[in-house]
Amino acid sequence: MSIDILMPALSPTMEEGALAKWHVKKGDTVKSGDVIAEIETDKATMEVEAVDEGVVEEILVPEGTEGVKVNSPIARLSGGDAAAPAPPAAAPPAPAKAELSQAPKAAPSPEPPPPAAAQSSPPAAAGPAPQPVASGQRVFASPLARRIAEQKGLDLSALKGSGPHGRIIKADVDAAQPGARAPAPAQPGAAPAAAPRQAQSLEQMGIPPGSYDLIPLDGMRKTVARRMTDSFRDVPHFPLTIDLEIDRLLEARARINAALEKQGVKVSVNDLIIKAAAVALKQAPEANASYSPEGIAMHHHADIAMAVAVPGGLITPIIRQAELKGLAQIAAESKDLAERARTRKLKPEEFQGGTFSISNLGMFGIRSFASIINEPQGAILSVGAGEKRPVVRGDQLAIASVMSVTLTCDHRVVDGATGARWLQAFKVLIEDPVTMIV
Amino acid sequence: MATDFDVIIIGAGPGGYVTAIRAAQLGLKTAIVERETLGGVCLNWGCIPTKALLKSGEVFEQLGHLSDYGISVEKPTYDFAKVIERSRKVAAQLASGVAFLMKKHKIEVIEGTAKLEKGAPAPKVVVSLKAGGSRAVQAKHVILATGARARTIPAAGLEPDGDRIWTYREAMVPKACPKSLVVVGSGAIGIEFASFYRALGAEVTVVEALPRIVPVEDEEVSTAARKAFEKRGLKFYVGANVKALAKTKSGVSVQLEAGGKTETLEAEAAIVAVGIAGNVENLGLEALGVKVDRSHVVIDEHCATGVAGLYAIGDVAGPPWLAHKASHEGVHCVEHIAGLKPTGLNAPIPGCTYANPQIASVGLTEAQAKEKGLDVKVGRFPFRVNGKAIAAGETGGFVKTVFDGATGALVGAHMIGAEVTEMIQGFALAITMEATEAELQATVYPHPTMSEAMHEAALDAFGKVLHI
Repeated sequence: MSIDILMPALSPTMEEGALAKWHVKKGDTVKSGDVIAEIETDKATMEVEAVDEGVVEEILVPEGTEGVKVNSPIARLSGGDAAAPAPPAAAPPAPAKAELSQAPKAAPSPEPPPPAAAQSSPPAAAGPAPQPVASGQRVFASPLARRIAEQKGLDLSALKGSGPHGRIIKADVDAAQPGARAPAPAQPGAAPAAAPRQAQSLEQMGIPPGSYDLIPLDGMRKTVARRMTDSFRDVPHFPLTIDLEIDRLLEARARINAALEKQGVKVSVNDLIIKAAAVALKQAPEANASYSPEGIAMHHHADIAMAVAVPGGLITPIIRQAELKGLAQIAAESKDLAERARTRKLKPEEFQGGTFSISNLGMFGIRSFASIINEPQGAILSVGAGEKRPVVRGDQLAIASVMSVTLTCDHRVVDGATGARWLQAFKVLIEDPVTMIV
Repeated sequence: MATDFDVIIIGAGPGGYVTAIRAAQLGLKTAIVERETLGGVCLNWGCIPTKALLKSGEVFEQLGHLSDYGISVEKPTYDFAKVIERSRKVAAQLASGVAFLMKKHKIEVIEGTAKLEKGAPAPKVVVSLKAGGSRAVQAKHVILATGARARTIPAAGLEPDGDRIWTYREAMVPKACPKSLVVVGSGAIGIEFASFYRALGAEVTVVEALPRIVPVEDEEVSTAARKAFEKRGLKFYVGANVKALAKTKSGVSVQLEAGGKTETLEAEAAIVAVGIAGNVENLGLEALGVKVDRSHVVIDEHCATGVAGLYAIGDVAGPPWLAHKASHEGVHCVEHIAGLKPTGLNAPIPGCTYANPQIASVGLTEAQAKEKGLDVKVGRFPFRVNGKAIAAGETGGFVKTVFDGATGALVGAHMIGAEVTEMIQGFALAITMEATEAELQATVYPHPTMSEAMHEAALDAFGKVLHI
C-alpha cells in the first residue's frame, strides 16, 4: 500500500510554497521523524519530517518547484504495513503546530483575510460573545453571521434577524448592503486592488513593455506589498523625531565589549538600542500596545521585532521579553536571528507576533526616516546614523555624536504625548546607559 | 361549508403520523388515513426492521472475530427464521406504539385507501374503507404523505417475481438465507441488504450503474467503503448496467454490460434497489391539476402544492427519501397551516447507511462545495489513531470536514466507521446553527470517544490537528 506525502501547511494560512530541497531520493528508506525535504514559504524555510515509514516510491514534485499547493501530493511512500486499513489521504504530515495559529496577522496569503488567522477576533472568544449595541442590548446572531458581518464591515445591531427568535442568520447578513455604517472609501476597491492596479497601469502610465525586466512577485514581496499597503492606508500614523547624544553609549559599548571579549560576545549599538527600547516600553507601557476592535491590548512583555534586510525583501525576527534579557543574551540572539533570517531559516513563530519594531538604516548614512507601522504593533522606531554634529551647550558650540530617531505611532493607541513620553524615557536611557541597569 | 376536520393527513408513515401529532398539539382536529399499517414503510418494511436484521448480522459476524478480544467461542450458528422473526417483532412493537400515540392525541385513524376529489376549502377525501364501504370527509387542509416504493424497471426484468427476485420488501422476509445474491444498486438500501446477507455468509455481488458505490456520498467515503466491504468479501461491479435479470432453474441470472463488455452473473436470488418512485397514482391528482414531476408532487417552501388546501410532504414530495426529512417537512407544514412562523426548511438533511462499516454525512461533499465555487478547506482524521477506536477494535474509517475557507462556515461533514450514524447529528447541529471553525474547535469533546475524531477533523481543516 502506498502513502502519499502531502505538501504541508507551515502555518494555518499558508496556501502554497516552494519545494526547496529533497533530502531523500527514490528508493531511500525513511522512518518516522526523518527529515525528507525543505519547504520554503515567503518568509521561512522549514524541514519536513516523515510521519510514516516506508520506501520512497516516487518523488512527485521535483526540487525547486514553486507554488506547490498545500495538501497536494509531493512524494509517494510504499508503506511497511500492507494490512493497515487505507488511511484517507493522510493529513498534512508536517509541523502544523497549534501555536502557529496564534500568530496574529502574519498571514502570508495574498488573499483576503482567512478566517483562521485570528484577523480581528481571537478564536477562543469567537463564541457567542455578545456584541454591544448603542443601548447596551445583546445582539443575537449566528457565529457565521457575525463572521460575515465583520468581513463586510457591517454593524449587526443595524440588521433585523429572520432566524429563530429574531436571531440574525447568514441570509440576513448576505442580504444587507455593505457600508451601511462605514462610509465607503473615496477610492474604490482599495485593499484587494492594490497590486493588480499597479501592474495594469504601467503601460497606461507611459512605460512601454520591453523597456524593463519584470521580476515576478514572490511570496515575500506580495506579503510586504499587502501588509505595508494595508498599514499605510488603514493605520492613522504620525512621526515623532528626537536627537540623541550617544557619546556615553559608545563609551559604554566599548567597555562592555572589552569585558565580554573573553566570552566571545560582541554587543552592537543596535543591541543597546533594543535593550533601551525594551526598558523604555516598561517605563512607558502605553506605547507597548495594539489596537483591536475589541479593545486596546496592553502587552505584558516587550517583544522587540528587528527589521532585517534579506535578499528580496525584509523580515522582522523577534527578541522576546527583551526587557528581561541581559545585553549579552540580546546580542547572541540578534546575531543568530539575523543570520538565520538571511538564509530564510526562521520558524514562523520567530518572526510573527512582536509588540514593537525597530528599523535601523544608520549604517547607510541615513540621518532620519519614518517607518511604516508593522501591524498590529502600536509603534515602530526608525534609527538613523550616529554622526558627529555641532551641538549647543549653554551658549557654546560643541561637538557630540548625535543620532536622530523617529517613532512612528498608531494614533489609535499611541497619542502624541504618549509617544513623546516614550521617546523621553528612551532618550534618558540612551544618553545615560547606566540607567538601563536600574 | 362545514368541515369534518381541520387537517386530514393521507399516509401514516413517519411523515404522516408525526405531522398528525404536531397538528393535534396545535389544537387542530386531525384525522389520518392509512391503507396498510400505522408507521408506514419506515417502521414496518424499512428503517426499523432492517436495523434489527443488521444487528443480528453484525453480532453473528462479530463472533468470527472474538479471538481478537481474547474470547473463544464454539462454532457459532444462526437460525434464519428466528432472525427474521425478531425483526418482525421489533416492527410490530413500534407500529403498536404509533397506534397508542394516535389515540393519546385523539387523532382519528381512518383505515382505507384515500382518493381526492374537488372540494372546498380543500379537496374532499373519499376513503374506500378496509372494513368495506366508503367514507367522504372534508377538511380545511389535506396533507399528502403517501410515501414512495421501490422503483422497478420491468423492461430489464428489474421487478419482483414473488420468488427469487426481490425488492426491499421481499428481501426482509425470505424463507432462507440465499447462498449467493446479486444486489442491483449500491445506494443505502442496496448496501444495507448486501451487508446483512454477507454477514450471514452469502456470496454477495453488488452492481452499480454509476462509477462508484454509495454514489451520493463524498468520493473519499465511496472509496473507503468499497475497500472495507471488499475486505468483508463483497464483490462489486461499478459503471455496470443490468441489461436483463431473469429467473433460472436454480436461481437468477443477471446480464451486465460494463465498459463495453457483457458478463453474466448467476446467483440464488437478486435484490432490486435501483431507486424510489413516489406514490402519486390513484389519488385523483390529475383531475385536481396537481403538478407532478417524475413521480413526485411539486411543492413550494411551505409544502403547498398550489391547489387550495392541499400540501405534500416526505417521499412523495421528492428526495432525499428519508424518514427524518418527511417528519421535518410535516411539522413545518402543519405549523405553517396553524399560522405559526416555523424556521425555514433549509436545514441540511443528514443521511445514514447502517452497513458494516456505517456511513453518515450531512451537507455538501468536497466536490459539491468546489462546484459552488467555495474556497474549500478540508479536514480529515482517521479512526486508526483514535484511542477509543483502537480500544474497541474499530479502527476502520475516518471523519472528513468541509469548510468554506472564506467565512469558516462548516458546509459538510462525512464519516465512515463504527457508530458514525450516532455522531453525525453533531455536525448537523453545527451547520444548522451556522457554526464556524471557531465553535467547532472551541467545543470540548469527551475523551476517550470516537467523537474526538470530529474535533480533530475540524482542527485539521485549519492545520491545527493534534494527534497526527
